[in-house]
Amino acid sequence: MHILVCIKQVPDSAQIRVHPVTNTIMRQGVPAIVNPYDLVALEEALRLKDRLGARVTVLSMGPPQAEAALRKALSFGADEAILLTDRAFAGADTLATSYALASAIRKIREDMPVDLIFAGKQTIDGDTAQVGPGIATRLNMQLLTYVSHIDNVDLERGEITVQRRAEGGVQVLCTRLPALLTVLEGINEMRFATMPDMFRAARHPLAIWDREAAGVTDLTKVGLKGSPTVVSRVFAPTPRMHRAEIIQTQSDQPDDLVATLLAKMFTKFPDLRAAVRPRCA
Amino acid sequence: MNQPTTSPKPAGRRKFELDPRFQSYKGVWVFMEQNHGEIHPVSFELLGEGRKLADQLGVELAGIVVAGCDADADRFCAEAFFHGADLCYSLTHAALTHYRNQPYTQVLTDLVNRHQPEILLLGATTMGRDLAGSVATTLQTGLTADCTGLAIDLDNRSLAATRPTFGGSLLCTIVTLNYRPQMATVRPRVMSSPVRDTSRSGRILAEHPVLAETDIITKLLEFLPDDRRNETHLPFADIIVAGGRGLKRPDNFRLVWDLADALGAEVGATRPVVQAGWVTADRQIGQSGKTVRPKLYIAAGISGAVQHRVGMEGADVIIAINPDPDAPIFDFATYGIVANAMQILPALTAAFRQHTAAMKKAV
Ligand SMILES: Cc1cc2nc3c(=O)[nH]c(=O)nc-3n(C[C@H](O)[C@H](O)[C@H](O)COP(=O)(O)OP(=O)(O)OC[C@H]3O[C@@H](n4cnc5c(N)ncnc54)[C@H](O)[C@@H]3O)c2cc1C
Ligand SMILES: Nc1ncnc2c1ncn2[C@@H]1O[C@H](COP(=O)(O)O)[C@@H](O)[C@H]1O
Repeated sequence: MHILVCIKQVPDSAQIRVHPVTNTIMRQGVPAIVNPYDLVALEEALRLKDRLGARVTVLSMGPPQAEAALRKALSFGADEAILLTDRAFAGADTLATSYALASAIRKIREDMPVDLIFAGKQTIDGDTAQVGPGIATRLNMQLLTYVSHIDNVDLERGEITVQRRAEGGVQVLCTRLPALLTVLEGINEMRFATMPDMFRAARHPLAIWDREAAGVTDLTKVGLKGSPTVVSRVFAPTPRMHRAEIIQTQSDQPDDLVATLLAKMFTKFPDLRAAVRPRCA
Repeated sequence: MNQPTTSPKPAGRRKFELDPRFQSYKGVWVFMEQNHGEIHPVSFELLGEGRKLADQLGVELAGIVVAGCDADADRFCAEAFFHGADLCYSLTHAALTHYRNQPYTQVLTDLVNRHQPEILLLGATTMGRDLAGSVATTLQTGLTADCTGLAIDLDNRSLAATRPTFGGSLLCTIVTLNYRPQMATVRPRVMSSPVRDTSRSGRILAEHPVLAETDIITKLLEFLPDDRRNETHLPFADIIVAGGRGLKRPDNFRLVWDLADALGAEVGATRPVVQAGWVTADRQIGQSGKTVRPKLYIAAGISGAVQHRVGMEGADVIIAINPDPDAPIFDFATYGIVANAMQILPALTAAFRQHTAAMKKAV
């Protein structure tokens, strides 16, 4: 079985700060990490490899530094890594990203057919959750998003059965391989890489593909040119007009503070009185 | 590299002549998401927003109903009219009873190609995001995901969709250039629901698409409904009491539950609390959890990080309890108590119980 995992290197958004005056992202010192949701996808692929035997290839499109993300994936147990990097890919939106990735995947398939593709649920920088569905659609593959459990992979019949999170419940779906899956967080816990794994990963040769290697012929479909959407404005969230009114009393005792708060609140927002409907103990 | 990931540089406002192929694209469409016989509330929120866009453009607002049988479809269309739609495209087929990517993508792209809307809106739900990604790719058009604001740029009749990026630290307004329809998904509870007006009605354009179950590759073997008794109703709760890491220990979280009982409220939490296993994941509020719009939100031991804020700042009134006067939550809360939550929560519980007792007497 050949499993492909799409991973993206992203800035650790928990550490991002916005410059208060210029409204630009201050990237300095913000570490680049593997998109956390992609690690969940990778772990799921590695579990299938452990159980059923598989070759796991990781694919990433990004600047040359994204090599670090691929090496990380190799250290966890991926077998091969491909970095798709070309100036022409810069500035891509989801449509152009899925075009470049899908075309690289077609090349990968020439070498060895792909049975399963994993993508993350979403990225933590772009946050769109659209690239996975885009790749599946372009490759005419069945798409299974928000998978909460892989019930069964039947290689003989070429089928996979999964549980998919839907509104109000879980769908149990069976489909034909090859298929593209995005998985929910919390479905597994990432393994640790040992020191020897890391050394092996550091030495492992990486395939670096430019647009030609990826089979991209139509330059109007990639990068900024191939992106139907453009950012027209970037701004910081508007702060609420007022800072909180801090409740203070002479004693500053909890009971007094709370009584003052309720009195103020119910005066200014009388509708809230009716919203309080206590449950019986 | 997907935008707006790479340092979001504004492209500025570009004036352009819409490609003649797209000039016939007219109207605003809202995909009416249905699950097991019920319309997802986000569809009504979208109709409310879609109504404003359609009025600005001077075009009609259509609901797109996809259902397994005509009876369901008619009911869904009626609801769409009650919430602001002028007309509905109704697509029914047994194979469309439950959501599956392939047949839904097929019927929706086909409908778009024939009737050519300029704007197509879907909820950013597990269904809407799955479907929107496939439809936009098939149509080769632009899609702005997880928007929090929609507006029309009247200069060129284009949709300006605003969405948070980098976990909510920044907002980007995104436009779709020379492609139609302009697609966007919007998170549930970001926009308010319009008032349901049962006197409204509209035109139904019913179709029965040609589909064969044998051509649909993915099969639904089973649907396992969530246990309704344990289900949280966070997105629609009037009052939410939420706790964060400042509560220090899992047993202190009891104080949050007690206050919630006194208020008839739902319990919410921040991500660290969920990750520590103090409460279940379905109670997480924020960017990677739920978006809520209660009348009252009580935040105890919560710092107010942007990833949490984006999920709850739509609350009408926010009470924050935190001993750190510089905690960011005080920048946007309505009322603040700078004190230890372990003391304030029990006092609030007692005070609200007294309040209810007094209200009862008054009646
Ligand atoms: C990709 C990504 C997605 C995320 N998604 C979410 C999300 O959906 N939801 C979410 O909540 N977070 C999310 N986060 C995490 C978020 O960045 C914050 O880390 C988190 O919201 C902080 O939770 P907290 O306020 O409980 O804890 P802290 O930030 O640790 O704050 C604890 C607060 O408690 C106060 N405190 C201390 N003692 C007391 C006391 N005795 N009484 C009262 N207060 C006290 C402290 O002063 C402090 O302000 C996400 C992060 C990332 C990177
Ligand atoms: N540049 C990229 N390289 C490889 N995979 C990507 C890239 N961008 C997105 N993906 C994959 O698509 C998923 C969804 O991304 P997004 O649509 O940006 O939320 C990610 O979790 C990745 O698995």
